[in-house]
Amino acid sequence: VTTDTVAPTRRSERPAPKPARRRLSDRARAERRLGWMLAGPAFGIMLLVTLYPIVQALFDSLFRLRLTAPDERAFIWFENYRVILSDPAFWQSMWITVLITVITVLIELVVGFGLALVMHRAIKRFRGLVRTAILVPYGIITVVSAFAWFYAFDINSGGYINNWLAWIPGFDTDLNWFAQQGTSLFVIILSEVWKTTPFISLLLLSGLAQVPGDLEEAAKVDGATGWEVMRRVILPNMKAAIMVAVLFRTLEAFRIFDNIFIMTGGANDTEALSLLAYNTSIGRLEIGLGSAISVLLFLSVLIIAGIFIKGFKVDLSAGRNS
Amino acid sequence: MRAMSWPLRIGWIVIIAAVLVWSLFPVFSILMTSLKTQDGLFSGTLLPPEWTFDNYAQILAPGGAAQELFLTSLRNSIGITLISTFIAVVLATLCAYAIARLDFPGKRIILTTALAVSVFPIVSIVTPLFNLWRTIGLYDTWLGLIIPYLSLTLPIAIWTLAAFFRQIPWELEQAAQVDGATPFEAFRKTVVPLAAPGVFTTAIIAFFIAWNDFVYGISLTSTDAARPVPAALSFFTGASQFEQPTGAISAAAIVVTIPIVIVVVIFQRRIVSGLTQGAVKG
Repeated sequence: VTTDTVAPTRRSERPAPKPARRRLSDRARAERRLGWMLAGPAFGIMLLVTLYPIVQALFDSLFRLRLTAPDERAFIWFENYRVILSDPAFWQSMWITVLITVITVLIELVVGFGLALVMHRAIKRFRGLVRTAILVPYGIITVVSAFAWFYAFDINSGGYINNWLAWIPGFDTDLNWFAQQGTSLFVIILSEVWKTTPFISLLLLSGLAQVPGDLEEAAKVDGATGWEVMRRVILPNMKAAIMVAVLFRTLEAFRIFDNIFIMTGGANDTEALSLLAYNTSIGRLEIGLGSAISVLLFLSVLIIAGIFIKGFKVDLSAGRNS
Repeated sequence: MRAMSWPLRIGWIVIIAAVLVWSLFPVFSILMTSLKTQDGLFSGTLLPPEWTFDNYAQILAPGGAAQELFLTSLRNSIGITLISTFIAVVLATLCAYAIARLDFPGKRIILTTALAVSVFPIVSIVTPLFNLWRTIGLYDTWLGLIIPYLSLTLPIAIWTLAAFFRQIPWELEQAAQVDGATPFEAFRKTVVPLAAPGVFTTAIIAFFIAWNDFVYGISLTSTDAARPVPAALSFFTGASQFEQPTGAISAAAIVVTIPIVIVVVIFQRRIVSGLTQGAVKG
């Protein structure tokens, strides 16, 4: 328990003027020490559980390393990367991952914005109900969502959706959704969208709450239609929140694993990068190759984040409180 | 609020009904699957032609085909998730307190690191962990999952709590001391009641995230010594070799979903405020 006086202005960080540093009072120094003593353990553990393994993966990726033949371990420089980058299967995985990411994020942005508007505008009586309903997919285990959608569609496990679609002219009720790429991806994306839209809609909801209400009112008084208010007032004011939401969901969607693992296991060209890495290292025990794919996956995520932050000028601190 | 016109009211009812159907349909669907008999599975209808609790007996009743598999994994899931949530919340509370209240260099680095860790591709670190855990004996143990789960629970806990703590009027603590309370009394009577809801909400969110894990669960376990529920579901087999595990998996899915639905119903307001505050300036 500290009893020192901390002014509220301390909350906002400002660069300390240089000369002041030398004249740091004992009290300020004690505060710094206490700060790191309290924050240090959490910080250290975060680094330990992510930084250490990724460095290890980088190291392992330079070796020929197969757990089925541990004696053949040899340092081979970037040979693993050459093998992977010249393998069409890797590029197929990359393409599928990008495709799934782009489609899910676009759909989620639209649906999520709709849900955010409903939560924002709903009258009090309904608000709790809507929030509860939206949080159900958020809280549910992704694997459960995957099984739920899988069983609804898969004719081999008693799917009934085909019967619901029988009225569509030319629809084959014997359609096996998981026998080819396109239809498999449709159900995988459906489950992914259902499960993760609540997250994006909550991020957008907090963006909506930041739109100044009087601006909206003023626009309405000036005779703007609902659509004009949306396009000229609400959306521009939410730009930061939207970009942050898109960035977060893009990075998350890029590591899609659970839904594909349960529904197809990567069959029919649905093996996204995460699955490829898993199947290579944990499935076939090719640690060297698997590590190289892991590193490439990590680099992809870095590049995407870099593009967003530099290219679109997403200021994370604008959306995220820092 | 002024009374709504009838068309508007009907419009809202339609919209809210649509949201409810969209959000709850898959849960309802798998609930119905879990209540179907083995033959009823292939009725091609959403509702079971014949209702049965056999699937629940399979996973819960003594002697059920999947009872041991399910209950062991349920115990693993609850234990591992609770422990890693607890550790994350304790560490994050200290960390967020320091970030919100103390002046020290490196705050930004800590928050940025938390952000980076939360979007880290888990599969990238699973291979080295798999290798290392096998060497040092953490493979297929509770501890071997609790440690990596911290990479899931710590970042969000730090963000959410830092946002909560920033809103606490810490001056109250001094005011109480001026009024004659001891430092500990002042802390307990002013800060704790304000901070406790934030800590509790953070614990719920962290629990959800750890409870959801599949990648670590399936990669770092090989037996029921530590295998959590999501991973165990993909190992279910039917009561006999001619039977599909569909019913049993569905029943197990419903059993692990019920507590989540209960928590969501009771604490929806808090969870939403926790998630939105962690995300954006509150």
